[in-house]
Amino acid sequence: MKFQHKHILGIEPMSAEELTFILDTADSFKEINTRDIKKVPTLRGKTIVNLFFEASTRTRTSFEVAGKRLSADTINISASGSSVVKGETLEDTAKNIEAMHPDIIVMRHNASGACRYLAERLNCSVVNAGDGMHEHPSQALLDAFTIRQHKGEIAGLTVAIVGDITHSRVVRSNIYCLNRLGAKVRIAGPGTMLPPGIEKLGCEVFRNLEDAIRDADVVMMLRIQRERQGATLIPSVREYSRFFGLNEEKLKLAKPDAIVMHPGPINRGVELSSAVADGPQNVILDQVENGVAVRMALLYLVAGGEQLQND
Amino acid sequence: MRLLIKSGRVVDPANKIDEKLDVLIVDGKIAELAQNIDAGDAEVINAAGLIVTPGLIDMHVHLRDPGLEYKEDIVSGTRAAAAGGVTSVVCMPNTSPVNDNLAITRYITSKAREQGTANVFPVGCITKGLKGEILAEMGELKEGGCVGFSDDGLPVRDGEMMRRALEYANTFDAPIISHAEDLTLVAGGCMNEGPVSTELGLKGIPWAAEDAMTARDIMLAELTGAHLHVAHVSTRGSVELVRQAKGRGVRVTCEAAPHHFMLTDEAVRGYDTNFKMNPPLRSADDVAAVRAGLADGTIDAIATDHAPHHIDEKNVEFAIALNGVVGLETLLPLTLQLVGEKVLTLEQAIALVTCRPAGVLGLDRGTLSVGAVADVTLVNPNKEWTVDAQQLLSKSKNTSFDGQQMKGYAVRTLLAGKTVFERQ
Repeated sequence: MKFQHKHILGIEPMSAEELTFILDTADSFKEINTRDIKKVPTLRGKTIVNLFFEASTRTRTSFEVAGKRLSADTINISASGSSVVKGETLEDTAKNIEAMHPDIIVMRHNASGACRYLAERLNCSVVNAGDGMHEHPSQALLDAFTIRQHKGEIAGLTVAIVGDITHSRVVRSNIYCLNRLGAKVRIAGPGTMLPPGIEKLGCEVFRNLEDAIRDADVVMMLRIQRERQGATLIPSVREYSRFFGLNEEKLKLAKPDAIVMHPGPINRGVELSSAVADGPQNVILDQVENGVAVRMALLYLVAGGEQLQND
Repeated sequence: MRLLIKSGRVVDPANKIDEKLDVLIVDGKIAELAQNIDAGDAEVINAAGLIVTPGLIDMHVHLRDPGLEYKEDIVSGTRAAAAGGVTSVVCMPNTSPVNDNLAITRYITSKAREQGTANVFPVGCITKGLKGEILAEMGELKEGGCVGFSDDGLPVRDGEMMRRALEYANTFDAPIISHAEDLTLVAGGCMNEGPVSTELGLKGIPWAAEDAMTARDIMLAELTGAHLHVAHVSTRGSVELVRQAKGRGVRVTCEAAPHHFMLTDEAVRGYDTNFKMNPPLRSADDVAAVRAGLADGTIDAIATDHAPHHIDEKNVEFAIALNGVVGLETLLPLTLQLVGEKVLTLEQAIALVTCRPAGVLGLDRGTLSVGAVADVTLVNPNKEWTVDAQQLLSKSKNTSFDGQQMKGYAVRTLLAGKTVFERQ
């Protein structure tokens, strides 16, 4: 099939067919990452700018590695080291970067809609590496890839996602992605972390972790963002952990072969006990590994992959 | 100076007039309304096929002058008003410096008189510096021409301060105009809270933030017996609170903005900051409630909350864009659209932008009574046109209706008998 998207702004605009195509493309790239010489010339001569306005280690590194393994020139710009601190607007920052003719800008930004904003104003491709509380498409794709790897097929599975749903872009992208691919999504969290109307995105809402993970095939635990919890969302990390943290005992409620996922970074002892985080059911490092292959696929496809191959 | 407006359909709700009449204006005042008035030496305006109404009153406008003239000033703002058929503009005090003293009030009124193309009636601050701490000198401000008091843009957070403001303003027969918003419930939100905010990942503002403060202010109006006017009601709850309060005799009035009866929060989906305002665009249910409030008389005025902002303040990420949209030049067609959609009768619609806001603020405008100042708007109710933001006369182009089809506009606007706008 022909990949039609110039930008990757979110999962929401993508069809099941397109999502599967991305995952299949990632499959073909995965092997490169285990070679002795981990580099193919696919994107040679292409320039990719990783423009990160929020702190990120995992996602930024993953995109950088993905770009480099495809032989693109990748440049990292983080907000603290850029002209943003001098009061430059997002549009001006981006236009200045564009003047140097990058092919792709990969952006993370704390404002929901910021990647769309950029895509509407620039000529190059924009890949969303997380915009505010809106979407984090590459994370949802690497999650789907990991689920497919372990479960063979996504359709028919039950996936429970537990944590701060309100502030999570990972959840929104995952709900769209898993729904399109035929899974059932359940979410759970304290009432202060469940946004109104979330069920309309395609999920069943639970008030407690136990009901949400009962007989689930996949349990995805979200990081409790200490910096966002403020004074009002939860009384204490201790109480949160007691009611919404996952330990070995609670995990027994899920299917015996259920896998445990986490987008990272983990707060050990808060949303995940160390025993679960390091236990046999965890696939957390697989997620990280697969992230590189998925991001290679995304960069390849928005750079006009098929044409490149035919040249 | 004699002027005869001939053969128009005169709609003057204050006098229950809706018929084909001639209107004679002598020396800037309405001299006679009758059929077939002899023109004599008068200049004749042929109004056949047009509606002749009192000049429109927009009781909620930000003219941004003094201090924020890069967004709008009294000249550009009143020019936009005249183009919209609006002859009286009630301007909010959150300028720079704010209108909390007689010098600023006099600056506004004198500049408007000398250079403006509409009447400008200032609203003074409730509290000095809009800080919510000390009452502004309302007596002197009223003498200087202020027609009401508001800390618009901000609520008066402290309950006792609001109580004293109502009591004190009542001394001078002036209403307190409440920007009803509990900021502790807004908590940094930037659009209506609901399924759309959840989907877009934007922090929501719950309806309860508006309703809670509206309820408090109504209770304080009831307690003090003073006149409370609730600005820009946008929720089902606040319309209902006003309706109930009126039912038990509380001196409360309110207004609604066109965007709150024309648009829902669905419009925010593209993260277009020209759909960001405060109060935010609400749900379809709220829109229906605002429309019902207009239809049953609960809402006393349609007011635009005309809030010009420079492109640089809007061309940014949604969460950090400034709140507000311009409205003066789309007030008339959007009001008439409610007639087209059979929400209001024509008489009701015109009343909501003429005699009823005049009544709220005690303005001697908004009617074509013999002897009244001849502020008159000639309306072509059927003309279809398309909004082009760049063609707006306002300095700022932040309209929610760019590219939208409109029906009806002012073809000629008279201020005290003098033509201040004429469409070619």
